[in-house]
Order: sequence, then structure tokens, then C-alpha cells
Amino acid sequence: MHVLSIDRSIIDAIVAHARRDHPDEACGVVAGPVGSDTPTRHIPMDNAARSMTFYEFDSMEHLRVWREMDDRDEEPVVIYHSHTATEAYPSRTDVAFAGEPGAHYLLVSTREPDSEEIRSFRIVDGVVTEEPVRVVEAGVDPHAVQSYMFGQSPATVDYECSGR
Amino acid sequence: MAIEVRIPTILRSYTGGAKVVEGTGDTLADLLTDLDSRHGGLRGRLITDAGTLHRFVNVYVNDEDVRFLGALDAKLSDGDSVTILPAVAGGAFGFAAAAAISSHSAAAAAISSHSAAAVVAGDAVAAR
Repeated sequence: MHVLSIDRSIIDAIVAHARRDHPDEACGVVAGPVGSDTPTRHIPMDNAARSMTFYEFDSMEHLRVWREMDDRDEEPVVIYHSHTATEAYPSRTDVAFAGEPGAHYLLVSTREPDSEEIRSFRIVDGVVTEEPVRVVEAGVDPHAVQSYMFGQSPATVDYECSGR
Repeated sequence: MAIEVRIPTILRSYTGGAKVVEGTGDTLADLLTDLDSRHGGLRGRLITDAGTLHRFVNVYVNDEDVRFLGALDAKLSDGDSVTILPAVAGGAFGFAAAAAISSHSAAAAAISSHSAAAVVAGDAVAAR
């Protein structure tokens, strides 16, 4: 099973972006080195649709950011957007437009004022597969992670044994 | 010299996995016809049955969005670089409702072409 492992600082920045743009949908990318499956560089994008129910990258910003990733040997590891009145699950629209089969599609719901629902999905050939999100507490201990499973609130803190 | 065309991941099933292909043509329409002769099906993913560019596919000539260059009539020269990117779009709006909005009417076409892509991608997987 796939897992999205992502730094706490990046999750916090995505949530802050979603809160800032609420009630409009927010969208963006987290780039990472090609083949690493590791999101490292948060890039908030403009929602050109400026809508509470739709998002679309601005076409010129899209080109610029994709070129920049190419130049840096990066790829879009995470593509995220917010749902501001509904659950963090891909809508039929999301599935229809999902054009990056290698990406983790991260959804944040900001419908509750005090808590966020954060869930991640693979969307390949119209098939949605949910995956756990493991939030890595890099600032505290690189081996300590907090796991979100399927949109629940933080469930556990795992201290992974390095085995070394 | 020819025109370099950058192919997004989701369309590389038409180019044998190639990220960059070359083609010729005086306009974007000509280029896509030329590409389709070697990469059958590619043109159909970019152009609607009505003969216009899909609303949710972005095509750029060098640094410009072709929507500002005449779309399919955009003029091309040897040495130009064409980039194709599927629009990154979505949202909570129900699909039927989204399709009902005129500016998003290509959504319906996108979903049908998406199904076609799924079949092609499935074949590619099976062939491996």
C-alpha cells in the first residue's frame, strides 16, 4: 500500500494556505526530487477560478512552476486542494481532471472552523485509491511520526525503530 | 530543424513513453496532424469533436499560452518549443453541475476522453 510521508511543516503550510483562502478553494503543489516520492518544496498556487467549488491553476503559473521543477530535477509529488464545505474526498470533477498519475492528491477540508480533515489519494485512470498520510515531525525527532488514517484526527505517534 | 514537443506523463502512452518528440507544421493544427501520423490518438486527446482545443488542456508555444496566439491557428517556426500540460483543476462542485456551466462545458469531453485514455493505458500495462 502507498503511504504519503510528509513533513509537519509542509502540512502546516498547506493548512494555513487553505485557511487563508477559505471559503474559496485553495490549491498548490509540493515538489520533490524525481523518483524520491518525497515532498520537499511547497508551492502555493493561485486558484484562477477563485471559486468556492472549483479550482484551476493559472495556465502561465502552471507552465512556470512545471518548468522550474524540470530544471531542478523535481516532479509534483503532491497536488493539493481544499474543499471548503464538503469532505476531503475526490469529487467526480477531481477524478475527471486528475492528470498526474504519479502524484499524491492531497485534499484538505476546511468546513469545520477548528479542525481540518486531511486525506490523500492516488487517482490513476479514473480509479481513486486512498492512502494513509504519515506526518513526520522533523523538528522534534526525525523518526517520530504522527499518522492520520483515512481522515481521522491524529491517531498515533509511531517511534520507528531504525533497526540499526 | 523541427519543432520540439514536450509530452506530459499522462499522454506518454501515445509516444512510447517519450517525454519529448519532434514534429513539423506551420500551425499548431498542422503540427498535431503531423504528430498524430506517428503517435496515433494523441491529437484526439487535445482536440474536441468540434475541432477546437480542449478547454482543460494547456498548450504553450515557447512561453505563451496558445489561447493568446490564435489557438490551433497559432503560427509555428522551426526551433519553436511546444509544451502540453493537462490543466490542474477540480473541486467540490458536482460534475453534472460543473458541466452545466458554459465555460466548463469541455469537462464532459474531458471525461469521455479520460475513459479512452484509461483503455489505452490499460492496454499499455497489459503489454508490459
